Amino acid sequence: MTIQTRSHAGYLDPILVKHQHNPNNLLQILIEAQQHYGHIHTDAIAHLSEQLQFPRSKIEGVVGFYSFLYLKPQGEYRVLFSDNITDRMLGNMDLMERMCAQLWVESGKVSEDGLLSINTTSCTGMCDQGPALLVNNIAINHLSPERVNAISELIRERVPVSSWPAEFFAIQDNIRRKDILLDSHFQPGSALSVLFRSGAQRGLDEIKASRLRGRGGAGFSTGMKWEFCRDAVGDAHYVVCNADEGEPGTFKDRVLLNGYADMVFEGMTACARIIGAKKGFLYLRGEYVYLREHLQAVLQRRRQQSLLGQCILGNDDFSFDIEIHLGAGAYICGEESALIESLEGKRGTPRNRPPFPVTNGYLDQPTVVNNVETFAAASLILLNDGAWYAGIGTATSSGTKILSVSGDCQRPGLYEYPFGVTVAEVLEDCGARNTQAVQISGPSGMCISQAEFGRRIAFDDIPTAGAFMIFDQRRDMFEVARNFVRFFAHESCGFCTPCRVGTSLLSNMMDKLANGHGSPYDFSEIEKLNVILQSTSHCGLGHSACNPVLDTIKKFRSAYEKRMIHEDFVPAFDLDFALTQARQMTGRDDSSAHLERLNEPR
Amino acid sequence: MNPDKQTFTLDGKTIPFCNGQTIIQAAMDAGEYIPHLCFNPEFKPHGSCKLCTVKADGRTTASCTQFAQDGMVVESNTKEINDERRVLLQMLFVEGNHFCPSCEKSGNCQLQATAYELNMMSPHFDQFFPDRPLDASHPEYFLDLNRCILCSLCVRASRDVDGKNVFALSGRGIKSHVIVNAQSGQLGDTDFAGDDKAAQVCPVGVILKKRVGFSVPIGKRSFDEQPISATPHPVVKEA
Ligand SMILES: Cc1cc2nc3c(=O)[nH]c(=O)nc-3n(C[C@H](O)[C@H](O)[C@H](O)COP(=O)(O)O)c2cc1C
Ligand code: SF4
Ligand code: SF4
Ligand code: FES
Repeated sequence: MTIQTRSHAGYLDPILVKHQHNPNNLLQILIEAQQHYGHIHTDAIAHLSEQLQFPRSKIEGVVGFYSFLYLKPQGEYRVLFSDNITDRMLGNMDLMERMCAQLWVESGKVSEDGLLSINTTSCTGMCDQGPALLVNNIAINHLSPERVNAISELIRERVPVSSWPAEFFAIQDNIRRKDILLDSHFQPGSALSVLFRSGAQRGLDEIKASRLRGRGGAGFSTGMKWEFCRDAVGDAHYVVCNADEGEPGTFKDRVLLNGYADMVFEGMTACARIIGAKKGFLYLRGEYVYLREHLQAVLQRRRQQSLLGQCILGNDDFSFDIEIHLGAGAYICGEESALIESLEGKRGTPRNRPPFPVTNGYLDQPTVVNNVETFAAASLILLNDGAWYAGIGTATSSGTKILSVSGDCQRPGLYEYPFGVTVAEVLEDCGARNTQAVQISGPSGMCISQAEFGRRIAFDDIPTAGAFMIFDQRRDMFEVARNFVRFFAHESCGFCTPCRVGTSLLSNMMDKLANGHGSPYDFSEIEKLNVILQSTSHCGLGHSACNPVLDTIKKFRSAYEKRMIHEDFVPAFDLDFALTQARQMTGRDDSSAHLERLNEPR
Repeated sequence: MNPDKQTFTLDGKTIPFCNGQTIIQAAMDAGEYIPHLCFNPEFKPHGSCKLCTVKADGRTTASCTQFAQDGMVVESNTKEINDERRVLLQMLFVEGNHFCPSCEKSGNCQLQATAYELNMMSPHFDQFFPDRPLDASHPEYFLDLNRCILCSLCVRASRDVDGKNVFALSGRGIKSHVIVNAQSGQLGDTDFAGDDKAAQVCPVGVILKKRVGFSVPIGKRSFDEQPISATPHPVVKEA
């Protein structure tokens, strides 16, 4: 051990022991290691590399992938403003500027005294109570100028975050409409008791009979997924609950984990019984780290109740336990194969598929990955029965769906409806007025205009993972699309050429239009990028990255036409703008320090 | 079914294949060219550059990772697909800093040769002009990451053949980049050696041997003499 690494051994070794010196736990080790310095010290990487006998380059590669892991020193207070479009509509940018001005720091940089850094981050899943931010990864919502003043003051006074007023950290569930799931008053163990009485095969039959389809977006049959996985040969089977909930505008999994964790864990345990798994994981997005303690407590209670652990409810042949793994700021880790890579401690790059996780998942073993809501629904189905569930909703889409409603309405929050509900009904219930558009299922989903408000939430009409963001007539749909495109460019994993480069090109193009250099030529360029992204991208992120732009061009063309001020192609490059730095350096801003505006509209 | 008799068609030509072969592997064995950059027959396919995109039974897919199936109908050399490939190449060109006339790899570079092959006349998009470092710390080799296309062949070669992990990917999205296995971040502080497989696999001009520049004159290099489609992979004249 060298001198440099020895100083890090003190805090790292207990973390390594806790994680059995297993490189598969590298991401969890790094998240915990970072607590010490606020970044992963270069000597700490040397120590980890030595102790794990794992190449330093790979460790750095993992740190470099995740937004919430840092190779360089950060501020003692790391402030990240959530930058979903709903936060923007609630004025997050003004609030961020305000804080920057109050604390004398430029966004994106660390203050000179190392006290703080301020930046933006992708949607933190608090759209019903924004604008929101994270301070040292802990969520604070309902930002107002007064709250920002108070936070600036606390930072200036160097008050530890743990001593900040508790009301800053209050998070509401905002459940507005309950149906069979949210109103179920579920008793821990009740679904498992039914399952043990009827047997695993019968349980699977009920799930299949219910026609339950995955709630994470793709809508694959849950019964079939479990059956494929059960029938796949492997040394071990695994159950994974996808609580990455990164799609901007989605926050229902947060509420389910807060108030309905037993239903989720029981669904996972039932799945384990059916497919023959001994181990499960809950992959919790880093933004929801504040939920971890509560979830650990629920798991602990369930162990005491014999609902987890050895010989569950007295069944000698059934042991199962659940571990919580944290994410660290990477939307792509919601994609199931990237999630599995991340669970294995790696960079969250989507795998080549096939093979699919049901045969080759965690550690290359058969693995079920389901959304939080899917597991909760499975508990409900086992407790009642499949036919009952199949009778609710529509022919293609059985049961209910929980929507995360945000944006321009009086009552944002969670709304549970039987499938088949129309967009208009939801708008009515949440008190939306003068609605121009609704973005359903997040940036990856669809933008619905007024003419389509009679359409239904269902897999064969408007499928959704849950997001329901409302924009009234005041909103500029071009800016909505621009925000979403920026999101995709920021979250692209970078594995494949079309998405790595294409999402940045698209984002630059939208900026070009916003800066007044647009012409119809740019439409055809956007169209061209769309074709490439859709057909050649490696995963769903790239496939859907153009959706927001294409939808809004089609439905809100006037928002774009305002920007098409030139008839012919105009370069994005702005000569006068390029002189900004020179002007700053010389402290000049007089007219002769400016070029004649060459690209001025004719 | 006789497993030896399995075939698919590639642009109408019958291509035999064995179980477990991907489309591009079988096509190469049959002497057919499908454009590719991150694929190298000596390594496990990666599937990231997407240059090898084809239509297999009407579905767009990467031919280096898509397993061949009996009776499959594969389209590759069509206007539609080549148009898409050209856009992917343009993306790679604008993403990095590629000044071919001053690059030692010119004429031996697969990116450049593929661009010629597909008649790419200009980079089309606005250049990103990224700020990427040059690493000359190693006594025998230097790294010019301006030209990196993130194919990860060096990563795979060092890990799977050399057993060293000299190279790895870091960053995410457009900020993805290759790093080396040293606390200083310098190649000279790694155990990289000239006879590593990783020293030979870079399809572009990133990992270059020092002091041999231009010993084969431009005009006499691999792809100057014949197009990449006629050059059996991976025979590239050593500088
Ligand atoms: C880019 C991308 C992001 C995703 N994010 C999530 C997510 O945050 N949560 C989720 O449950 N599924 C997400 N998915 C879908 C998962 O890949 C997977 O289909 C799902 O977890 C399966 O569970 P289900 O069948 O219960 O829906 C995402 C997919 C893609 C392509
Ligand atoms: S489409 Fe985007 S997110 Fe998906 S693998 Fe490619 S670069 Fe990564
Ligand atoms: S350095 Fe060369 S081999 Fe390595 S990823 Fe970049 S282009 Fe590929
Ligand atoms: S050669 Fe197939 S994706 Fe690169």
